[in-house]
Amino acid sequence: MEHKLNPHQWVAAHADYLYGFAIMRINDEEQARDLVQDTFLAALQKVDGFAGKSSERTWLTAILKNKIIDVYRKKSSGLRTTDVKESEEEQADFFDSNDGHWIHNNGPREFGIEDKDQLVSREFEAILKKCMQKLPVLWMSVFTMKHIDEEPTETICAELKVTPANFWVIIHRAKVNLRACLQKNWI
Amino acid sequence: MSYLKRIIYNCKKATLLIEKKAMSKITVREYIELSIHLIGCRFCRIYKKQSAVINEMVRQLFNDAMKPGARLDENFKRELQGRIEEELNK
Repeated sequence: MEHKLNPHQWVAAHADYLYGFAIMRINDEEQARDLVQDTFLAALQKVDGFAGKSSERTWLTAILKNKIIDVYRKKSSGLRTTDVKESEEEQADFFDSNDGHWIHNNGPREFGIEDKDQLVSREFEAILKKCMQKLPVLWMSVFTMKHIDEEPTETICAELKVTPANFWVIIHRAKVNLRACLQKNWI
Repeated sequence: MSYLKRIIYNCKKATLLIEKKAMSKITVREYIELSIHLIGCRFCRIYKKQSAVINEMVRQLFNDAMKPGARLDENFKRELQGRIEEELNK
């Protein structure tokens, strides 16, 4: 089936969806609104290039994704020094710098999420959100692109300018920090 | 420190391998080292379970956020569609 574009219906059909997509990834309402607007305006310039192979929404979302990556890049290049450093210092509290063993008081404990079938409460969700927001932008973008958008590792490395070795370090640090934040705030 | 002791002690490396294994391939050697580590380390066994659950919960959070529903206010939307129409008429 060949898909068609209908810009007269764009806002009604896709604006809320695109906004939801953006807000989860950049967590700034004003910026998310701007991105939705920029996406539509950029899309208008590209209408002639639309081949009809993907749906209108998929096509618009791809344009938005690129814009979000631009934001990630800008945010993390300015912040790489400060927020990453802070979280890395926190990381030093997790593992012994000599042998890499968990530092006893900060090691993982069971806190009631180990059972997969368990219903996650609203309260827990709120804590999860807060903990995600505390991660450095670069870590969160790598994490989101990998786990949610399921982008190939090479793409993420190229887009965000990180080396493959650093990619795994970031994925690891993001998870260790996120897990520790959940344990600390939930127990 | 002996080779075996290094494997047994190094939770930092073990947790990195847990993350890597969940998303990609690890070498046979890494697989064996991780298995040995997990036998002796209760902390990392808990970590492994929680790590998988956290992935699932984060995914769920994003999915819920994408459920249909109005999020933008109507004024903003009206103005935005107006801008688009303006561009179309250029």
